[in-house]
Amino acid sequence: MSKVLSPDWRNGGFGVYVHWPFCQSKCPYCDFNSHVRREVDHAAWRDALCREIDHAAALSGPRRVDTVFFGGGTPSLMHPDTIAAIMQRIATVWSLSPDAEVTLEANPTSVEAGKFQGFRDAGINRVSMGIQALNDPDLKRLGRMHTAREAMDAFDVARRTFDRVSFDLIYARQGQDRDAWKSELNQAINLGLDHLSLYQLTIESTTRFGELHARGALRGLPSDAHASDMYFDTQEIMDAAGLSAYEISNHARAGAESQHNLIYWRYGDYAGIGPGAHGRITDGKGNRLATETLRMPEEWLNSAKTTGHGYLPTEELTSHDQAVECILMGLRLSEGINLERVRRLDANFLNEDALVSLTDGGQVSVDADQLKITPRGRPITNAILRELIA
Amino acid sequence: MTDLSRIRNFSIVAHIDHGKSTLADRLIQSTSTVADRDMKAQLLDSMDIERERGITIKANTVRIDYTANDGNAYVLNLIDTPGHVDFAYEVSRSMRAVEGSLLVVDASQGVEAQTLANVYQAIDADHEIVPVLNKIDLPAAEPDRVKEQIEDVIGIDASDAVMISAKTGIGIPDVLEAIVTRLPAPTGDATAPLKAMLVDSWYDAYLGVVVLVRVIDGTLKKGERIRFMSNNTVHHVDRIGVFRPGMQPVDILGPGEIGFLTASIKEVRDTSVGDTITTEKKGTEAMLPGFAPSIPVVFCGLFPVDSAEFEDLRDAIDKLRLNDASFSSEMETSAALGFGFRCGFLGLLHLEVIRDRLEREYDIELITTAPSVIYNVYMTDGSMIELHNPADMPDAVQVDRIEEPRIKATILVPDEYLGDVLKLCQDRRGVQLDLTYAGSRAMVVYDLPLNEVVFDFYDRLKSVTKGYASFDYQMIGYQEDQLVKMQVLVNDEPVDALSMMVHRTRADARGRVLCEKLKELIPQHMFKIPIQAAIGGRIIARETISALRKDVTAKCYGGDATRKRKLLDKQKAGKKKMRQFGRVEIPQEAFINALKMDS
Repeated sequence: MSKVLSPDWRNGGFGVYVHWPFCQSKCPYCDFNSHVRREVDHAAWRDALCREIDHAAALSGPRRVDTVFFGGGTPSLMHPDTIAAIMQRIATVWSLSPDAEVTLEANPTSVEAGKFQGFRDAGINRVSMGIQALNDPDLKRLGRMHTAREAMDAFDVARRTFDRVSFDLIYARQGQDRDAWKSELNQAINLGLDHLSLYQLTIESTTRFGELHARGALRGLPSDAHASDMYFDTQEIMDAAGLSAYEISNHARAGAESQHNLIYWRYGDYAGIGPGAHGRITDGKGNRLATETLRMPEEWLNSAKTTGHGYLPTEELTSHDQAVECILMGLRLSEGINLERVRRLDANFLNEDALVSLTDGGQVSVDADQLKITPRGRPITNAILRELIA
Repeated sequence: MTDLSRIRNFSIVAHIDHGKSTLADRLIQSTSTVADRDMKAQLLDSMDIERERGITIKANTVRIDYTANDGNAYVLNLIDTPGHVDFAYEVSRSMRAVEGSLLVVDASQGVEAQTLANVYQAIDADHEIVPVLNKIDLPAAEPDRVKEQIEDVIGIDASDAVMISAKTGIGIPDVLEAIVTRLPAPTGDATAPLKAMLVDSWYDAYLGVVVLVRVIDGTLKKGERIRFMSNNTVHHVDRIGVFRPGMQPVDILGPGEIGFLTASIKEVRDTSVGDTITTEKKGTEAMLPGFAPSIPVVFCGLFPVDSAEFEDLRDAIDKLRLNDASFSSEMETSAALGFGFRCGFLGLLHLEVIRDRLEREYDIELITTAPSVIYNVYMTDGSMIELHNPADMPDAVQVDRIEEPRIKATILVPDEYLGDVLKLCQDRRGVQLDLTYAGSRAMVVYDLPLNEVVFDFYDRLKSVTKGYASFDYQMIGYQEDQLVKMQVLVNDEPVDALSMMVHRTRADARGRVLCEKLKELIPQHMFKIPIQAAIGGRIIARETISALRKDVTAKCYGGDATRKRKLLDKQKAGKKKMRQFGRVEIPQEAFINALKMDS
């Protein structure tokens, strides 16, 4: 009954994610689905992405779209008219909320800054810039193609062009000490933005860094204890600046949060468009589907050309799976997760003993059925999830 | 009943991989005992584990009909003996059941320690021995050098060794002729009361226990009532027969013949290897010499990884014991591991074989605790306790002294690794008894405590000699030493499954290494975990696993929901394999890996 009256996804909203899988070069820390190609047939990609939107809409039925996010890869390499065509298609097959948040990930280079006005005209109203570091030696080590100066210039253009601008920084880098990071962070705060994503450098096994790390050739990485200290330094500085974490690695002034990412974390529905994109779509019968597309750009494009989409067979999520996903995404948020909602999905999957001992230990708190990880517990979120669920 | 002069009974003595089973297959094949289409490699090793490991656990036999060059038809009985030191007693009984042996030596590798042990058994049994050099077709073959080595090391004449390649079939007719012309015929008196040796026995789901027998005197007939002299039990013989290698019924087995009987015997433990079988009435008075019940020497705990599988484990152990009386088990409860069994084995290989069979044939994942030996613990009140499990060690103040079993180990090793082998033996509290050379190889004999050998001595030996050493041992008795029980405390609680007996002088070093290992093996928790090794109340080593500080901060977007959910599912499955100990989860592999020594 409740499925029909109020499907669970409504607790999070509905967004559309569009994946552009191409980059100028591959960064050594990045394990996203990104590929370097000399030539890209933009017209073919535009058509294929639009056709896949039709396919996703057929699964979801009519919806109002709260957010759109162009991610990658490097979606700022897209042609503005591709973006415009996609936005047009989204508005046609679904309906676009009048105050929809439409975000583009952008590289902070002068070339891309030159396209910003075009992106705005195509419907983008928020950019998230991959600045990553504010000094040239570290940018070079991270494999970035831009300098700090160039990034600041691109940031200025972005700020003049778009309503909302955020950027990413990577910390706990090779050889970075606490003081260096604190001053870099303060430098970023002084730019006066209202949203910042702050990630610790994570070594993924499938990357260039992962390869070097396995050979013991990646020097100067901070210990977990050191990285944990840097995490707490970060919270202290950001809290003081009025930019508290609303998610483990994301900081914003109240009201400036990324609405699109909140859909993921609040476990709403999202349509995944483009190679390797994942989605969660509640179909007309109330079943929640996990969708995934072909990862390799060429395979995806071929499939989209011939069948109209690159979707792999969808997986129907059980209530238990949904409860697990809901909590593992939701506990990343400072606001936490409503236990009543989770228990409605699956009444008895939470380890109640663990809940008690974690509450006693001060790692989580429960207040009016809202379960939260405390600031102290946040850096060990994975371990807490393991206790609560496994 | 076959004429005694037309019977030849023999065994094959060889090191693993030197071609024993291949030669047996060739002998069977070339005499058309088995149709070609029924041949499968290594006919006699019937169990998967035996075939994979190239070892034999149970004695096997085959009767081969052969018409020799002299024009006479002969019956050749091959007994394939268990070729491993753990089964030394079983080997000795098999050897007593035949009159001769083929000594098969790889013409490039030469004599190995295991060959030595078995060939001495053959010599002890007064065998005529025919040396056979195998793999002579290989480029690395050095028949002259190996012949010389056989003469030097074993002391038998190798000048007329038979040269063969079991793989290609070269020399097989010569082997058959040598068996007839060079091995003696058995002796025996068909009119005397029945006297037969119980060579081995195994359980068959349809027939009950099948008993492998060698008739010495008298005759064994179907329908007779027979008596096992060691336990004085009487059975009615349902059927008798011979192996070709499948079972073939016969009406009578006479002196010198080897075959089987079934007599509605339900359990293998009702039959004892080496026992004497006679008729219920008018039987023989004298038992065959050398009978001894087999006694386990190595013990370990076996616990199901999933505690819900305890009953399955009990059933599986009961089934295996149907077929293996030398393996003992009794229920054990461990605070760390829950319910399981303390099992006794004839040696390390026996332990591994049983554990593998439980895991493979019965599909039960097991946690094996560190192997231990039996200590004789003499109490101050004059009594003596046989200690099978270090966790049961009585309070030190009540203990007068402790004796531990020692072995005589024989190791054959190429020169270049000798230094490492000597160091390994010294490190394990060994006392050198002998060191001789045979060609470029050294033969080292050490008196070693069995408890230093049962864990990973053989692995270490293989590793320091790159696999070129061969090793054999025999028990030589008990000796008093300075032994103490070392306990391990994780988060201030003793973990019984990690208790061990150590020599006082080694305790600090063992404790330190053990704590360091556990620090690596136990994952970080949300709190700090002290790990301590202690003797009595005294802490001798300590490590701390620091509390988990950070395990997250990477991006987590829409695509991660599936990945993270599946990871959690996997961790949930992994958690079943952890042992909850107080607030600490210890991975099952920690129990065995923690005890592996690096030197």
